Amino acid sequence: MAFFKKGTTFIENLPRIYGLYTGGFLLFFALMAWFETLGMKADTIGVLFVSFTVVIYAVIGWLSRTMQVDAYYVAGRQVPPVFNGMATAADWMSGASFVAMAGGIFLGGHAYLAFVVGWTGGYVLVATLMAPYLRKFGCYTVPDFIGTRYGGNVTRLCAVLVLVVASFTYVTAQINATGTIAARALHIPFEVGVWFGLVGILLCSMLGGMRAVTWTQVAQYIVLIIAYLIPIFWMSSKQGFGVFPHLVYGDAVSRIMELEPVLQVGVLKPTGDIAAQFPGLKALTVLHATPGEGPIAAWRFITLTACMMIGTASLPHILMRYFTTPTVRAARTSVAWSLFFIFLLYFSAPALATFTKLQLLDPNLMTSIIGKSVEEVSQLAWIKNWAAIGMLAIKDFNGDGLLQINEFFIRGDIVVLATPEIAGLPYVISGLVAAGGMAAAMSTADGLLLAIANALSHDLYYKIIDPKAETKKRLIVARVLLLAIGALGAIVASFKLTGILGAVAWAFDFAMSGLFFPLVLGVWWKRANRPGAIAGMLVGLAAGTWYLYMVKWGGMVPWWGMDDLRFGMVGAAASVVAMVAVTLMTEAPDKETQDMVDEVRIPSGKTILASQH
Amino acid sequence: MATITAANREAHWARTRNLMIIHLVIWFVFSYLVHWFAPQLNQFTFLKFPVGFYLAAQGSLVVFVVQLFVFAKQQDNIDRQFGVAETD
Repeated sequence: MAFFKKGTTFIENLPRIYGLYTGGFLLFFALMAWFETLGMKADTIGVLFVSFTVVIYAVIGWLSRTMQVDAYYVAGRQVPPVFNGMATAADWMSGASFVAMAGGIFLGGHAYLAFVVGWTGGYVLVATLMAPYLRKFGCYTVPDFIGTRYGGNVTRLCAVLVLVVASFTYVTAQINATGTIAARALHIPFEVGVWFGLVGILLCSMLGGMRAVTWTQVAQYIVLIIAYLIPIFWMSSKQGFGVFPHLVYGDAVSRIMELEPVLQVGVLKPTGDIAAQFPGLKALTVLHATPGEGPIAAWRFITLTACMMIGTASLPHILMRYFTTPTVRAARTSVAWSLFFIFLLYFSAPALATFTKLQLLDPNLMTSIIGKSVEEVSQLAWIKNWAAIGMLAIKDFNGDGLLQINEFFIRGDIVVLATPEIAGLPYVISGLVAAGGMAAAMSTADGLLLAIANALSHDLYYKIIDPKAETKKRLIVARVLLLAIGALGAIVASFKLTGILGAVAWAFDFAMSGLFFPLVLGVWWKRANRPGAIAGMLVGLAAGTWYLYMVKWGGMVPWWGMDDLRFGMVGAAASVVAMVAVTLMTEAPDKETQDMVDEVRIPSGKTILASQH
Repeated sequence: MATITAANREAHWARTRNLMIIHLVIWFVFSYLVHWFAPQLNQFTFLKFPVGFYLAAQGSLVVFVVQLFVFAKQQDNIDRQFGVAETD
């Protein structure tokens, strides 16, 4: 494969390579659609979609294998901004974004949009405060920056600690998601699906490190965005909203707002113990576009937004993507491209949630179910399919034979998967969506695993334990660690312990509690010193963890409505206070460190750390 | 780089910092301020959307994307003006 030879030819060929790849994927999709009309079963289509895409990622991973340190850690610093943007977008958008976001908006209404705003606006912080400066620094990992800027092994170790806590919380959820999707699409038990998912993930990262992860993530982004957008465009044009619904779904929103009082959304609540009867399912009890009234609702919205944004700017697997661009300038434009590619999915999710809801609620549409007879609705194919596996339920509590809003229960996660069926699209769409969800979960898991393994191999092993290790030994250690951490993640996922490790949102809170201020002040405050940074990381992490524990398990009443999803507010506040106070009480950093900060602030000149270190 | 004087560095950093502050003010407005007033803004409509909902579902996102492309361009201009940009 001449394409994958290192050097200018490969980089210049990228648009052509990925153009061909995209065309090939669309062709595969068309082929599957044609096979379906010839009578191929839905199950077979699902198997082909998932296995075909995973094999392609594995091939890319194998072709990108390397034994060079800078290729392994930072993809040789030659990733063009647009492609790094796509890779970051795939790195960023997890199984949760792909599968759960539209469902979250469907059930949670305006309040859930705090995630949409938070998971996009964080990139403004990344671009203005962090990415260009970390790129100028020339570090391989985030702890590499902390360790060099502030100096000392203890500092480096604290950064590794925060990184591992935040990223491991996140990665088990992703391995869990790959397992779930693989299990459903390939008809294997969940426990086997988890290991299948892990093998796929490791094939993408083990041989080529960051270089392999970069080029597979670009491929995964293309699959996931096609898989998210095609069903929306198709459904929208089928339902008469036009081919590009994003600009015109205001009509649908206003129609929902008209229907809500008629159907008594938010007034009728389910009776009895729903959680016990239908575990994981929820009735629609929240208004779609109407925000909660009062300062507590507004405060909860903006604190969740703040946690997701500041967490974004502190998560190492995201920051390290910007170490791979050729220049500081390219790092900046790359952040803008990343957000653009992420935006394509995030501004589609509310549209999807709105359409799905309207299709179920509006009595003028063929697809509506609310207000219809319970008997008729329970005969619908998609209701039967999803109810059979406990993802959906209907029950006529008041016995009037009609389905009310509080008699229909759904699991948020299935909205994206069920919508094509509700709209009556062919099964090939379901296969496509499964491949997209798999791509989203795999790409995020890859980035996270690599962030953890690189921090342990580079910062803990090479910088602290054995600084004289040869390149070959370093890269072998890196791969062994990758394998071990992946296996640990899969074990946790296969025992279904992820519920204990908690929500994806916690990863953001952990990261912002420990890393945000030490990173930002490292560039923006020359006076910031080593004791301050150590205090900032440890106090932040401890305060955040304490608050999480007290609110979630300790029975403490949350402060101003800040529940366990928002514990980063407490952690980050404690972190900045501790860092500033301790810094001011101790000596200013030496001249050498201050000069280093001056150098980081300008794009020109050599990186602080040598290109191979 | 011996050609970059201390005064030049300082001036460059002052401009860089001001640009950062401007962008974070815009970010603050569209991340927090408008959403704090979402119930009030929902009384108005834009493209038939209630404005409070629109800003959270689309408006703020569009602002962030455009803002970052503009920021990259502006910061690059500052770097060039003070002679600290990377060579092309």
